[in-house]
Amino acid sequence: MIGGIDTLLEGMLLGGVYALFAVGLSLIFGIMRLVNLAHGDIIVLGAYLILTAMAAVGVSLGVATLLTVVAMFLAGFALQRLVLERVLGEDILPPLLVTFGLSIVLQNGLLLIFGADSRRLQAGAFEATSINLAPGLSIGLAPLIALLTAIVVVALLQLLFYRTLLGRAFRATADNPEIAQLMGIDQRNIYAFAVGLSLAVSAIAAVTFGIRSNFDPSIGPARLLYAFEAVIIGGLGSLWGTLAGGIVLGLAQTIGGRIDPEWQILSGHLAFLIVLILRPHGLFPAGRR
Amino acid sequence: MTALVNVHLLDAFYGDFQALFGVCLELQPGETVAIIGANGAGKSTLLKSLAGLVRNRRDAIKFNGDDIGDAPAASIVRRGLALVPEGRRLFPSLTVEENLLIGGYGDKRGAPWNLKAVYDVFPVLRERRNSDVTILSGGQQQMVAIGRALMSNPSVLLCDEISLGLAPIVVEDIYRTLPLIRANGASVVIVEQDVARALRHCDRFYCLQEGWVTLSGRPSEVNQDAVRAAYFGS
Repeated sequence: MIGGIDTLLEGMLLGGVYALFAVGLSLIFGIMRLVNLAHGDIIVLGAYLILTAMAAVGVSLGVATLLTVVAMFLAGFALQRLVLERVLGEDILPPLLVTFGLSIVLQNGLLLIFGADSRRLQAGAFEATSINLAPGLSIGLAPLIALLTAIVVVALLQLLFYRTLLGRAFRATADNPEIAQLMGIDQRNIYAFAVGLSLAVSAIAAVTFGIRSNFDPSIGPARLLYAFEAVIIGGLGSLWGTLAGGIVLGLAQTIGGRIDPEWQILSGHLAFLIVLILRPHGLFPAGRR
Repeated sequence: MTALVNVHLLDAFYGDFQALFGVCLELQPGETVAIIGANGAGKSTLLKSLAGLVRNRRDAIKFNGDDIGDAPAASIVRRGLALVPEGRRLFPSLTVEENLLIGGYGDKRGAPWNLKAVYDVFPVLRERRNSDVTILSGGQQQMVAIGRALMSNPSVLLCDEISLGLAPIVVEDIYRTLPLIRANGASVVIVEQDVARALRHCDRFYCLQEGWVTLSGRPSEVNQDAVRAAYFGS
């Protein structure tokens, strides 16, 4: 009984990390209809940036994360204005190829600079702290904060999208970029802001992930796969759906892993396939309000 | 009096296809000008050129004395030329009110046109402010499209086929708002398939045929045969 609850809690907490992976991907796809194949590597880049800020500059994990969020936002803005903008158009293949290339560049660049050793972000005592819920049932503080962070990030993005002028401009541009220009919306800045936001969220994903598990330059594509699955399970275009998708994926992996450790990853993929068969539009497809 | 909009020898292209040939057009402050012509005559291209969706030679279009022929659409609406696009093209993810608000995205003035003013002209939109635009009737959608363009407080309102697909009685309702829009300081350019209606509501008109201006003038000064010849060719 306790074991069962423990597994469910564990799965949900893992889902928080996956949701954070997925939100950045979902953002860019939702607004620009662009699939960013470098998304996983961008998360890994974020983790290395935080690591570097802590080691080289000597700041705490919190400050390093904050710096990285800002740096990644600016990098995303520049990435769109200097690179992606040139290939966006009617044809969806060129931007796909460019992000694929970016993925390879990032992996090899990180390998060159940091080597192939696996690293981990050190969160000090915080990392080992856990909360006792019942005798024999406790949850780690760090994973709990990761899930809460995912919820807060989704809630803030939801506010941005549905309560602000910028959010309306995002949605209008997603609906019809040409007509959005007629409203005085400069599409180039809107897209650049969207990519910046996606990378900033990826930096937040990076810190929760880097505390939880080891990372090395080669693991990006697998994170991209989890992010994809979470987005599709949740339903394209819905941020709360993406959060739910992450949690479903986390639960499936944890339950599978409890049955047999070798099944952990496989059961995540199986859950994805089952959702795809039963509900091809995901659990919470974007309701055109 | 200097013209508000001055189009001089405009050749407009879609890729290699030339849609307009040496078009000249003037719009005075407070005027309503109609552009008539058959399908494919270049009417919509002319409006899209004015709105910046089709980019042209820089000095082909002057607005308030500035060359805007090659300016991007987003900067043109900020200068005061707003387009009501053909087929309405509302944003389906936005509610009625959000569609109107996005129209005022780049507007700093907030007057005379704001949410209240638009709702006063189209009261039915106030009742449906939180509705999904896709469930509105065609006429109501057209009102949102016009209101959305007005929210930018334009000095020129460009209306592309605002009667398309609407019942005649609804079309008259919509045309009745044009004098009010002019009274609030905007000149109006209407593109219209229905020649009689266009001539009834305009001060001056231009007739296009296969990209050329074949006739222009005041409705009272031309006879029907001349319009027919300019419209269909002879």
